[in-house]
Amino acid sequence: MNVTVMQLTARNLLGRRRAMFLVILLLLLLGLAMLTRWASDASPNASSVLANGFALGTVLPLMGLLVATGVIGAEIDDGSIVYMLAKPLRRREILFSKLAVGFAAVFIFAVLPTMAAVVIAGDEGGQLMLAYGVSAVLAAIAYTAIFVTLGIVTRNAVVFGLLYALLWETVLGGYVPGIRAVSVRQWALSVAERMLGSQANGWAVTSEVGMTTGLVMLGLVTVAAVYLGVRRLRTLTLNSIE
Amino acid sequence: MSTLELVGVSRWYGDVVAVNDVTMTVGPGVTGLLGPNGAGKSTLISMMGGFLPPSSGSVTLDGVPVWRNTEVYRSIGLVPETEAMYDMVTGWEFVLANARLHGLANPVAAARAAVDQVDMMDARNRDISGYSKGMKQRIKMATALVHNPTVLLLDEPFNGMDPRQRLHLMELLQSLAAQGRTVLFSSHILEEVEQLAGTIEVVVAGRHAASGDFRRIRKLMTQRPHQYTIRSSDNRALAAAMIADGSADSVDVSSGALAVQASDFGRFVRALPKLACDGDVRLLEVTPADESLESVFSYLVAR
Repeated sequence: MNVTVMQLTARNLLGRRRAMFLVILLLLLLGLAMLTRWASDASPNASSVLANGFALGTVLPLMGLLVATGVIGAEIDDGSIVYMLAKPLRRREILFSKLAVGFAAVFIFAVLPTMAAVVIAGDEGGQLMLAYGVSAVLAAIAYTAIFVTLGIVTRNAVVFGLLYALLWETVLGGYVPGIRAVSVRQWALSVAERMLGSQANGWAVTSEVGMTTGLVMLGLVTVAAVYLGVRRLRTLTLNSIE
Repeated sequence: MSTLELVGVSRWYGDVVAVNDVTMTVGPGVTGLLGPNGAGKSTLISMMGGFLPPSSGSVTLDGVPVWRNTEVYRSIGLVPETEAMYDMVTGWEFVLANARLHGLANPVAAARAAVDQVDMMDARNRDISGYSKGMKQRIKMATALVHNPTVLLLDEPFNGMDPRQRLHLMELLQSLAAQGRTVLFSSHILEEVEQLAGTIEVVVAGRHAASGDFRRIRKLMTQRPHQYTIRSSDNRALAAAMIADGSADSVDVSSGALAVQASDFGRFVRALPKLACDGDVRLLEVTPADESLESVFSYLVAR
């Protein structure tokens, strides 16, 4: 990791208008949590539905996407990444630094708010908060790795990311049951399900896959994404087409 | 002292050939990469800077390939054409960050020296987003100079500079070359290159069209057949006189105006007023028909 890369990346991520979207998304989640509490009288079940569907299913991938564009996609697009690449630094070091900043941002803007949303909307002795917290951390790691690499591989990362977040995770999963098992959210949720044990069913915390499968898949996807990201960054071509 | 060597370098994107079989050696001193827009100058600089692999051929710095070799950046300083930087930080912070990224022993002193060299000490604590184009260009220079590179690659560095900034940058590049560094910059303006560069490499349509010092390039450009369009009070009399005199190679009178081709530029411009005066012909209009840089360049390529 390189402190200077992390500093520049963090300034870049938070300095642009993007930071505003991060905050808006966060406030939206907390606002919905308050509405949920008011509407369903702080029932853990309603709280779980909010955390599962909206926090894990929508906010987390969107946040991952926004953050990934902020930590690397925008720099590749406008060419300013050349200042980092034209240095005697290992590309791996650059990518790891950017991933660390990306994860930290997703943690602050999505994982912590998810836990807060569960507490606001209704919980029982902090069980739900803890379970969703752990799931959200795992999902945040995978989403950060996937979307950062997507930002290196294609200039259309936002389009692909949105398609994934909105179509794959929510819509397609509803129609094609098989797709539901191939989803970062379901993998991460498998851990929450196990943590809640016998109460999981009652609180609608159910995953399509078992915890072992979920963790293995999360690990595989994350490692594969990081590996591909480093490889692509090594051979990233920059050319201002005349 | 460092030498960049390109041997048989080509680069294509799908069906489009951007650079076609270019072989050149760039050594210490100032080298100007001259060519019209779209000639492949940026593609060449990207390959020299290790940001694009050649489709064929090799680009080496002192014998070591530059592609996929981040160690070369210890000796290369790059000034990209793109204007985007990390706009949220001040000029000083950005140059300092670049010094740190290079892993220099004393980044603060290095950054100070670089910022001082480009004359930006006074404005160093302002955000980059508030800089003028010329100031941004100078901060870009500072980031490229911060690690004292032996090779400096600049892509269109004079774009958007006012005359004073231009002069300042020229002096800076000349002093860097005097220290034995290899300085290469691209431009599409002949005068710019002529004033500054000891060696000129001309690139047209992806091909290496000419190479040499500015006298040689000037000569190549002035000795080509020149074309003029002339309107006068008596086109036919003037045409006859020019052909008889031998100062024009061919004259076409069919279009109402005279289309003249002359291979000896100097002789033609001296002869024309004299012939007109002797024959009592009034010259109404004399226009060079092909003085655009593009046509000059394409002549060099066709040759």
